[in-house]
Amino acid sequence: MINLTINGKKVSVEEGLTILQAAEQMGIRIPTLCYHEAVVAYGACRVCLVEVVRKGWPKMVTACNYPVQENIEVNTNNEKVIKIRKLVVELLLARCPEVKEIKDLAEELGIKEIRFKKKNDKCILCGLCVRVCEEKMGITAIGSINRGTIRDVATPYNDNSDVCIGCGACASICPTGAIKIEDVGDIRTIDKWNTKVKLRKCETCGKYYAPVPQLDSLKGKTSVTEESFKMCMDCRRKKLENTMINAKKSKY
Amino acid sequence: MIKKLKNRTDLENLKESILKKKDKKKHCIIVSSGTCGQTSGSEKVIEKFKDEIKKQDMGKQVELKVTGCHGFCEVEPVALIQPEGIFYQKLKAEDVPEIISETIVKGKVIEKLLYSDTETGKKIPYEKDIPFYKKQSRIIFGNNVLIDPTSIDDYIGIGGYEALGKVLFKMKPEEVIEEVKKSGLRGRGGGGFPTGKKWGFCRQAEGDVRYVICNADEGDPGAYMDRSLLEGNPHSVLEGMIIGAYAIGSSEGYVYIRAEYPLALKNLEKAISQAEGYGLLGKNILGSDFNFRVKITRGGGAFVCGESTALMASIEGRVGEPRAKYVHTIESGLRDKPTNLNNVETWANVPMIISRGAGWYAKIGTQKSKGTKIFSLVGKIKNTGLVEVPMGMTLREIIYDIGGGIPGGKKFKAVQTGGPSGGCIPEELIDLPVDFERLAEAGSMMGSGGMIIMDEDNCMVDVAKYFVDFLREESCGKCVPCREGLENMYNILAGITEGRGKEEDIGLLKELSEVLSEGALCALGTTAANPVMSTLRYFPEEYESHIRDKKCPAGVCKELVLYSIIEEKCNGCGLCRKKCPAKAISGEPKKVHVINQAECIKCRQCFEVCRFGAVKIE
Ligand SMILES: Cc1cc2nc3c(=O)[nH]c(=O)nc-3n(C[C@H](O)[C@H](O)[C@H](O)COP(=O)(O)O)c2cc1C
Ligand code: SF4
Ligand code: SF4
Ligand code: FES
Repeated sequence: MINLTINGKKVSVEEGLTILQAAEQMGIRIPTLCYHEAVVAYGACRVCLVEVVRKGWPKMVTACNYPVQENIEVNTNNEKVIKIRKLVVELLLARCPEVKEIKDLAEELGIKEIRFKKKNDKCILCGLCVRVCEEKMGITAIGSINRGTIRDVATPYNDNSDVCIGCGACASICPTGAIKIEDVGDIRTIDKWNTKVKLRKCETCGKYYAPVPQLDSLKGKTSVTEESFKMCMDCRRKKLENTMINAKKSKY
Repeated sequence: MIKKLKNRTDLENLKESILKKKDKKKHCIIVSSGTCGQTSGSEKVIEKFKDEIKKQDMGKQVELKVTGCHGFCEVEPVALIQPEGIFYQKLKAEDVPEIISETIVKGKVIEKLLYSDTETGKKIPYEKDIPFYKKQSRIIFGNNVLIDPTSIDDYIGIGGYEALGKVLFKMKPEEVIEEVKKSGLRGRGGGGFPTGKKWGFCRQAEGDVRYVICNADEGDPGAYMDRSLLEGNPHSVLEGMIIGAYAIGSSEGYVYIRAEYPLALKNLEKAISQAEGYGLLGKNILGSDFNFRVKITRGGGAFVCGESTALMASIEGRVGEPRAKYVHTIESGLRDKPTNLNNVETWANVPMIISRGAGWYAKIGTQKSKGTKIFSLVGKIKNTGLVEVPMGMTLREIIYDIGGGIPGGKKFKAVQTGGPSGGCIPEELIDLPVDFERLAEAGSMMGSGGMIIMDEDNCMVDVAKYFVDFLREESCGKCVPCREGLENMYNILAGITEGRGKEEDIGLLKELSEVLSEGALCALGTTAANPVMSTLRYFPEEYESHIRDKKCPAGVCKELVLYSIIEEKCNGCGLCRKKCPAKAISGEPKKVHVINQAECIKCRQCFEVCRFGAVKIE
């Protein structure tokens, strides 16, 4: 166990936790944007900055990836932390003035005006989509491109990805709704990735139900039944229900 | 046939036989031909020397040695004639026959090829008397002059690899670390972290595999000392690395070299294969049980790739992007193994510390900054080049005594040290001794050792804008303070220089500076505000006149200046009219000329060409 102080309160937490996790255990909220427990912390948005005093030396660190250490003093909301956090959020708000997630956070922090040149981006470059695609799906269809102010997340050369399986994990983890997924006919379009994938038709009801490459990628995995490659969820459920009813009937 | 050296005696014997082969009576013509020399035409001069030596049948009397850069880039190509020490500068192929027939054969000095003192105009025949060299202490860089970098024998001839022999057979790894600690050597890559301490941490870090890396990314556009060391003396860097690896307990090393350095790469590759040939790299080095090999990785082509975690990601084949260092790279670096990264110049210091001793080394420099540092002098300075001076030398000595001062009778204004994210130090601080602490106190840093000299014609707001522009493009863009902060800083500075500055801009610049230095992920971002903060600190009045009076005192910011012709001074020579690219100047010969403001593109041409000082900038 590691002993530390957070906002003046002494605590003892498990070794290996981050400041963010330790604070959470105490019910102290530290805002985050690029953090998600499903993937490795990234430290890019900087809204989780807190002050750590170690051996008498104060410094600003990101709570989402700073491991707790013996005898450190953490301040999650002193004057300096708030000042810097507010400016970080104001900068993000100038980049994405229409994104709800950022607007809410700005309101929470009491930011009233944007003093910087406004842009109208939807993506905050938190990198969650890239990390989930790589770490959870094992695909790496997308990555960051360019440096500096023109940095973006994209497929290589912004081309239609031939490795993307169309699973949509990126869209569901994206905190800002920057990734739109649209299914029309037998085609799923992920606009931000300039990518289209084919959908499979349910052999029973004729509905397009899942991306072909995603189903293919699941082939050979034990937990997946042969049927799921032919039938949509609804029809599979119905079929299961029927078999159960028939089984019951035959019992009597 | 190259024979592997099996022990220290083999190395000593080899050195002796190399020295014996040297004909002391022979003249030696040393031509520097690093990248800078080559751009000035050194290769043609070298070809001509080869031809002429053959033609005049002087092969027995004279040896031609092609070396790396000597540092005095302003006057390249240069030839140093030994043993006399005669220094010829700005050579052309045509000058070569005369050098052979007059200087080598008859012992005569050729006046017109000599360097003339920038103050007195007096010709100076000998290198040792040239002010540029006189005040330097070229303990590292000086060896460039002595050796052909493609010859390991040349390096061994001047005592190369003796330090390695000493550590392998006379010192325990811990003793090597202790020695480096005692020397006070600090990293030359920017941060100035004590090298011995870093090695000690890395040795103690848990793990079976450990790596050492040489940072040769040198992304700072104005600095080229690392290139010159690798081009001119690659073995000194390798020897440093092998010694470091022995001390740390590593058997694998990397040199991460900037992609745009073809000659450095070539010379380094050659050096590695030569060292392997002699058994100075590879298995059982010098017959000991120590193994170490070195691989080369070519840089990712971005400034940020020089940052330690980005560099390691790049070697692993990932995007060169920094990550948090809450767990240090000495514990978990390349491939999550303990990794020790040092800069080229840092490694090059090591063999000397071992051979001459930490005590000797620690006598050079200031209390907390030991040894020498190589600086690149560029900008508004007479003697552009690389200079090596003891830590603690004042800016005045570097800029005036060595650099020869400011050309064109202009007034010195500031010096920007430490690369793009260094600060600008003003004239008032010209007597500042240059070391890690003093530079930081002055709001700048040692950084890579770049020094850009600025004169009265530089606008400090424009200078700050220039560096912020560089940094915003080179920022990796991962974290918000750096990516968005620098872009907005640039927007504000651009507004100020274009006449759209507002009173509150200064406050915003200060706030952005704070969020960068406190909140950015890596040192690119945390130091990026230095150019703005230092110019705000030392030149607030320049910001004020841009913002309040919409004037640029130095006459640089185009939107804020007006060019006009002073009637009383114009004698109607018409030169400005002829030179104006926008055809904005009209006037009859011998009559007062006028500038049509609507056409003027503010290119400064008229101001530069007028011999009567009749063009006014306001
Ligand atoms: C943006 C950035 C660029 C850097 N570029 C270089 C470089 O080109 N060469 C270098 O030696 N160090 C560079 N550094 C410093 C390295 O991260 C590291 O501190 C250094 O190589 C350590 O070696 P030293 O202890 O010998 O100085 C850079 C740092 C940052 C933040
Ligand atoms: S698209 Fe969404 S998840 Fe991906 S980087 Fe942008 S904001 Fe983050
Ligand atoms: S400070 Fe700049 S260069 Fe460093 S991680 Fe952040 S964006 Fe990238
Ligand atoms: S949540 Fe910690 S840096 Fe983004």
